[in-house]
Amino acid sequence: MIATRDAYGEALVDLGKENQNVVVLDADLSASTKTEKFKKAFPDRFFNVGIAEANLMGIAAGLALSGKTVFASTFAVFATGRAYDQIRQSIAYTKANVKVVASHAGLTVGPDGGSHQALEDIALMRAIPGMTVLVPCDGNETKDAVEAAAAYDGPVYIRLGREPVPFVLPEGTRFEIGKGIVLSPGVTREDLLSKVSDEPLFDVAFIACGVMVKAALEASEALSREGLKCLAADFASIKPLDEELLHAIARHSKAIVTAEEHNVIGGLGSAVCESVCSLHPVPVKRVGVKDVFGQSGEAPELLRAYGLTAGDLVSAAKEALKL
Amino acid sequence: MPLTSCGNQAREEDLSRTAGQVKDMAKVVRRHVIEMIGEAGSGHPGGSLSVTDILSVLYFGGVLRVDPKNPSWPERDRLVLSKGHSAPALYAVLAEKGFFDKGILPTLRKLGSPLQGHPDCRKTPGVDASTGSLGQGLSIAVGMALATRLDGRDSRVWAILGDGECEEGQVWEAAMAASHYKLGNLVAVVDHNGLQIDGPVAEVMSPEPISAKFQSFGFEVHVVDGHDVEGLLRLFTSLPRNGERPICVVADTIKGKGVGFMEGAVGWHGKAPKGEELVRALTELGKVNEQ
Ligand SMILES: Cc1ncc(C[n+]2csc(CCOP(=O)(O)OP(=O)(O)O)c2C)c(N)n1
Ligand SMILES: [Mg+2]
Repeated sequence: MIATRDAYGEALVDLGKENQNVVVLDADLSASTKTEKFKKAFPDRFFNVGIAEANLMGIAAGLALSGKTVFASTFAVFATGRAYDQIRQSIAYTKANVKVVASHAGLTVGPDGGSHQALEDIALMRAIPGMTVLVPCDGNETKDAVEAAAAYDGPVYIRLGREPVPFVLPEGTRFEIGKGIVLSPGVTREDLLSKVSDEPLFDVAFIACGVMVKAALEASEALSREGLKCLAADFASIKPLDEELLHAIARHSKAIVTAEEHNVIGGLGSAVCESVCSLHPVPVKRVGVKDVFGQSGEAPELLRAYGLTAGDLVSAAKEALKL
Repeated sequence: MPLTSCGNQAREEDLSRTAGQVKDMAKVVRRHVIEMIGEAGSGHPGGSLSVTDILSVLYFGGVLRVDPKNPSWPERDRLVLSKGHSAPALYAVLAEKGFFDKGILPTLRKLGSPLQGHPDCRKTPGVDASTGSLGQGLSIAVGMALATRLDGRDSRVWAILGDGECEEGQVWEAAMAASHYKLGNLVAVVDHNGLQIDGPVAEVMSPEPISAKFQSFGFEVHVVDGHDVEGLLRLFTSLPRNGERPICVVADTIKGKGVGFMEGAVGWHGKAPKGEELVRALTELGKVNEQ
């Protein structure tokens, strides 16, 4: 178990060793976002700008326009909410090489409550032209995502969580920007892309990101035990979306269930629907937060209270199949 | 006669010769500004004309270290036009400096033009930052100044702000950071024309005293007449390239400077002169001998 934010801190230190050009910024949350690990290792390349998120993004843009690879971190609510215009204008419009890596996204922030639980950040970032949006599900995928973001020249948003999460992806799985990952044993991406069949191969396909990937796997196993044919896939790359894989999944499935720790408006579920509806229309159920703000509570309680458990995914799948 | 005063005299002659050239260029730039905005049918003449002398001194007075043939030269000085709506003045200066062909100036604000309504550093050679959403440029300049220091370059970063723009909180976040990081390679110039869109800055929401604010934020502050070319030249060339503190120059200016009916007139902030107005403005700015 490791929180994705901890994996981020470790990945930054590795990056800092390899690449002198990496600069990291934070806004008085370095102990929480884990950029403090980089700060300790490379104090000269770390800047704490204080509680000034707009300035954080502007300084990040200026450093990037001068050739630096910049990681700018704070909580997801403050990064994408307080500094939306700075991300839009100073970073994205300029195509600046800035990676906005935001921790404490979603309900699993827990007791801090609704004011601190970003549930619309994916929607905001996804709507910005040219922005890459990544939501890794575990520590290993986070490290891959950070590395991939650093190797890519342009703005990237990476969404991380507060709570420790188990390693979900099979060993040896490599994340790539723009690629989904098929998680069901015995099924590969290549199989899905090449297979031609008249009958759907799957009753239901779960497409998830972040903490919901594990729930998707559990739901898929539960339904398989009931005799349904299921597929689970991790779509950490929300933008660019792996439309090739998505359409193959849609072609081979009776229904799709999406799962995310985000508002059902504007996140992964929306991205999937927008893409699927035009090429391979298939019933889609979006599991997410139903257009409300969060509240205080412990992370697992909140996931239950807002309908984000494996059980909720199973119910959604059954409903989808009835559609 | 002692050598020093001889040197001083030579320097004075040099300065007045340079000032003369800058004034000629400023006149050319003002004409371009009016022609471009007239042709576009929209744009911001007031703030473009108030900042024209400042930009002309920077680019034609030998203050900025730039190479028009190599716009992305790493050793160059950077200029962030934070008050991005004054883009026409910057474009005219850059074209006259040789960053791109003057022939494209009339394409300002037209579909497909590299000359966007507000500066776009991905489209226009010589533009160092994309601006237009007020309040962000000083932060970008702080980032550039930090990068300059990290890379051990001695280039300098200039940011040009509006006085109304100083109502944006982010300006002060950036000012705080500039002095916290002791960015002696950063100069913020405030185009202190006293007007914004809805009226006088003092009436809409006063950020005054601006110079005292920058001072209290840790800047070395200079107040100067923003249309006194000799004064600007003298000041800009005397500023330390890399001192202990960031520098702020509050340049007192007149919005619409150079076109009588636009001077000090709030209404000419963001309106294009048409027909008779265009003719009057250009007549007043006079013929320019293209060199
Ligand atoms: C964030 C933001 N809010 C509003 C505007 C619209 N706007 C454009 S210019 C301007 C007034 C600027 O006044 P000032 O900074 O004094 O500039 P100047 O007088 O030099 O033209 C405003 C409000 C903007 N461009 N950006
Ligand atoms: Mg003004």
